[in-house]
Amino acid sequence: MSAPTSLLRSREGQLIFFTAIFYFAVGIASPSFLSLQTLDAIITDSAILMIMASAQMMVILTRGIDLTVAANIALSGMVGALIGMHWPNTPLTAIIGASVLTGLSLGLLNAVFIALFGIPSIVVSLGAMTIYRGMIFVLSSGQWVNAQEMPVSFTVFPLDRLVGLSNLALIGIIISILAVLAMRYTRFGRELYAIGGNPEATDYVGINTRARLFTVYTLTGGLAGLCGYLWVARFAIAYTEIALGFELLTVAACVIGGVGIAGGTGTVLGAVLGALFLSMLQNALPVMGISPFWQLAVSGLAILAAVIVNSRGQRQKGMQILRVAH
Amino acid sequence: MNNKPAESTEHPLLEVRNIVKEFPGVRALDGVRLRLNTGEVCALLGENGAGKSTLVKILTGVYQQTAGEILMDGRPLSLHSAQEAWSAGITAIHQETIMFGELSVAENIFMGHHLTGRFGMVDWKTMYARTEELLSRLGIEDFASNTPLKELSVAQRHLVEVAKALSHDTRILIMDEPTASLSQKEVDELFVIVRKLRDEGKAILFISHRFNDIFAISDNFVVFRDGAFAGEGVLKETSEDELVRMMAGRRVEHAHHDRSTVSEESMLQVDQLNHATEFKDISFTLRRGEILGFYGLVGSGRSELMHAIFGLTKPVSGEMHLEGDPFSPETPEDAIIRGLAYVPEDRQHCGAILNMSIRDNITLPSLTSITGGLKLNKGKENEFARRYASKLKVKAHSLQQLVGTLSGGNQQKVVIGKWLGAEPKVIILDEPTKGIDVGAKAMVHNFINELVESDLSVIIVSSELPEVMGLTDRIVVMREGLTRATLPTADTTQEDIVALAMGLK
Amino acid sequence: MQANNNVYAIPDALPLQFLDRLRSREALLLALLLVVVVVNSMLSPYFLDLYNLADSTQNFSEKAIIVLSMALVIIGKEIDISVASIIALSGVLMGAAAASGLDTWMVVAVGLASGTLAGAVNGLLVTRLALPSIIVTIGTMSLYRGIAFIILGDQAYTDFPANFAAIGQTYFFGELVPTQLLIFVLLAALAWLFLHLTIYGRRLYAIGNNPMAARYSGIKVDNYRLALLTLNGFVSALAAVLLVSRIATARPNMAGGWELEVITIVILGGVSIFGGSGRIPGVILAVLLIGMVQFGMQLINVPGIIMSIVTGVLLIASLVLPIVFGKLYAGSKR
Repeated sequence: MSAPTSLLRSREGQLIFFTAIFYFAVGIASPSFLSLQTLDAIITDSAILMIMASAQMMVILTRGIDLTVAANIALSGMVGALIGMHWPNTPLTAIIGASVLTGLSLGLLNAVFIALFGIPSIVVSLGAMTIYRGMIFVLSSGQWVNAQEMPVSFTVFPLDRLVGLSNLALIGIIISILAVLAMRYTRFGRELYAIGGNPEATDYVGINTRARLFTVYTLTGGLAGLCGYLWVARFAIAYTEIALGFELLTVAACVIGGVGIAGGTGTVLGAVLGALFLSMLQNALPVMGISPFWQLAVSGLAILAAVIVNSRGQRQKGMQILRVAH
Repeated sequence: MNNKPAESTEHPLLEVRNIVKEFPGVRALDGVRLRLNTGEVCALLGENGAGKSTLVKILTGVYQQTAGEILMDGRPLSLHSAQEAWSAGITAIHQETIMFGELSVAENIFMGHHLTGRFGMVDWKTMYARTEELLSRLGIEDFASNTPLKELSVAQRHLVEVAKALSHDTRILIMDEPTASLSQKEVDELFVIVRKLRDEGKAILFISHRFNDIFAISDNFVVFRDGAFAGEGVLKETSEDELVRMMAGRRVEHAHHDRSTVSEESMLQVDQLNHATEFKDISFTLRRGEILGFYGLVGSGRSELMHAIFGLTKPVSGEMHLEGDPFSPETPEDAIIRGLAYVPEDRQHCGAILNMSIRDNITLPSLTSITGGLKLNKGKENEFARRYASKLKVKAHSLQQLVGTLSGGNQQKVVIGKWLGAEPKVIILDEPTKGIDVGAKAMVHNFINELVESDLSVIIVSSELPEVMGLTDRIVVMREGLTRATLPTADTTQEDIVALAMGLK
Repeated sequence: MQANNNVYAIPDALPLQFLDRLRSREALLLALLLVVVVVNSMLSPYFLDLYNLADSTQNFSEKAIIVLSMALVIIGKEIDISVASIIALSGVLMGAAAASGLDTWMVVAVGLASGTLAGAVNGLLVTRLALPSIIVTIGTMSLYRGIAFIILGDQAYTDFPANFAAIGQTYFFGELVPTQLLIFVLLAALAWLFLHLTIYGRRLYAIGNNPMAARYSGIKVDNYRLALLTLNGFVSALAAVLLVSRIATARPNMAGGWELEVITIVILGGVSIFGGSGRIPGVILAVLLIGMVQFGMQLINVPGIIMSIVTGVLLIASLVLPIVFGKLYAGSKR
């Protein structure tokens, strides 16, 4: 098989292909769509989803799921916002640090229940996400933190342009690249594939499954913490219900990106491309004159289409036992 | 060529002394001993539950012994983790290959200890190169270091496991039932490699139930029975009967072959059955009261054919008749209603529901006939289950015991019992004694004979020549999805059958 | 030819120890329920009033009936997180039907039919295309609510015939039992009968434990899956009828987050997320427990979001504590 053909056979290649086609198709209808600005807007918009889809990919890879990421983002973001509001002279790095730390602690909590106690991740997710969301209400007494209450340095950072791309976009790209590298070139990443592929076998080959899972959930929490700050700062608002339903978008991005829900297969690149694709879909709708109320249904259809295609690829029509005539 | 193994040094390479292993309520190993010398293949025999797997788990660091010592080169060895066993040079190859299908051959070999280069990053280039070296050392040419494991056959996966053992300096190779799913040709190929390793000075512990293989490859033997040491010696100086006696502690009767139950009446007639990819032009007749054997290499399409007959898959063309009436099941339920039963090869995933009780398993296909309607009737169910559990002499503490906690032989009895309860006219048994020890095997064989005496007709799919030769009236040999020949068992030889199955005739 | 001629005797079951009963999930829930009842009665004098209690079930029963069918789905080794979206879709369609002048029974029919259809679509995707239900329902969850949004946007239907509104606001047995509670009791009885007394229930447990072995035993696994997912859709639509008639409003964002609450209660009730185990009494107790906690919190004016923290804590605690104390309060399978 030639290189271009095998590239197109992979989910990643297909996504790049379809996204590009879609992008240009919309661009033909509406030339303003084809600008660098739009590209920047798309990546900026996708950045948080790209980061969290990468994290979710690792979780799904190990046959788990983390539905607490959205609540984590919201809580960590609120922590950052509250600090910014009450102590506006706090350096930005400290505020970001606080959000990341919050996210890490929440991830750690998940890790304790999932990796140490062995409670199924979907159940822990269900329980924890409501607890974390509730904590936002408790912390903020149900009050919103508005743009005016946030220090300027807090809200300016994500959309500040460094090299033509916003900081947010840059962070998204850098973390995605790091994730791809980690999954390909670290023992940690490779062992995640093993854990998802054959969990019973991992003991026999000396993989410390518990430690790896612990790291995955904690790391996911930390990334969610970072995204918490980015979200709240970018939209300049913090309240209990932010990012509601976002966790499902991360799963959708993974599915669209070819990550198998049963674990053991898929790539981070796929998840990131899936995130970009979803984001582009959302961005394209208003340009195509479709009301934003269609967004939800369109994502739903995209997920269903992706999962149907995923399963086609893995379907076996029975073993090939008969000798094939040449 | 068989080189004489080097003279053993004063210490055996590995010595297991008085190992005791206790679990809550169970003494799995009761002071067993074992000695492995360099350049020798030692067979470990014993019925299921005799403690062989437990010992293997202790030697590979998965379990820790409750008491007793393990010595290597005369020095005590601590094996508190898989890592430690690995570093000590002890590797095990298991019956079900423990591997990662989505990953490449190279990664399967190096999983858990990926080679790293600069900055601690995984060094793919070196790993692939090292793997290619190992594969050529073993003379493997039909797959490469980057082949995904899922594309390999069972035999090829075993070879990857051997390569893995060689990837670091293994001194002791434990092979746990490695030949159970292999064809004769694949077994021979594997043994060539085993002999090579033995001649290089490795010590090999070979665990198997197949006497043909044991006698072909091993130098000496050790027998465990009920968790205790029951005997040892040199294979050349003993016989199969003696070994069986050591294993079972009693004589084991083999199934008789004379049969007067076969009639000319056709029970199941299959004409030109075709599947798109799995089998083609299959025609045969199962006579009433007969035991018809299906022999072939693994992957010859026998199970797939049975799946189609049972309604699990749909053939594209062809006809079947059951007792003279047209028979084309769309689902297993259709087949069961007409009086067909299928005992699948994979007992644990397809045959029994491990998390349900003996009673619930046995009554499952027959619920409607037991209760006569919608409502469950525990009393009738218990009676039903007891009838079949006792017929097969299932060993358990109550009918409520979960099937998953029974021994392999008893699990198989429950599965057979469940199908007997459905009162079939034809019963298809797919590898019914796979992975079952000698005692239970004989019991199952006796039982199959009883079945035809009670007016059932039996199809048995088997890869074990002694079983097929000893039990059946006629044998259908399959190869690559086609039937090669149908022969009366009494008039044919093992060699003929194997030759047909391998395509040499 | 037999090796021995011992008389074979095997008891049907070992006698159940009292301690085993104490170890069950039901015992734990019952104990917690009693604690909550005591605490609630101390917190507020309005608690132990029969009319108040019956009233409080009104807005909880809508979730509760879905808990019953969701329990069956999960025992069958599937999951359905589109239930809340089906409520939204069903509700919005009922609003549209009412707005176009249809009478009450037609409105109800539209609601029930749309939910059943939505459930059937879930079921067909899972059975005909062999897709995992978790992903299918993640997709349909967005799709169904998305359709509701397309129809209504950020508006709401408030124009319902009086008869319709009466459905969700009627009391039976002398102004005591609201419609919702009645329906819940009815469905609970049916669920219990189905799961524990019929052969279909036994087969469902088999499917949940090992779908492949169940298939090999002649059980039509796909039929069960399709039926349960369709049922789940129907019951969600029923909940929508009750909800919309009670509040006489339909909006696309209603019942937000309900799917997670429902699943949480099912798991709390002792149903394993992996399928094959769990009992209706446990599930009913979990419903009562959460309902009582919610009622108590309402009485002392605790905001709803705190309630969800409590639910989350209860869920995790109910699974962690047994591990911590070394005993297994696993859901039993009989």
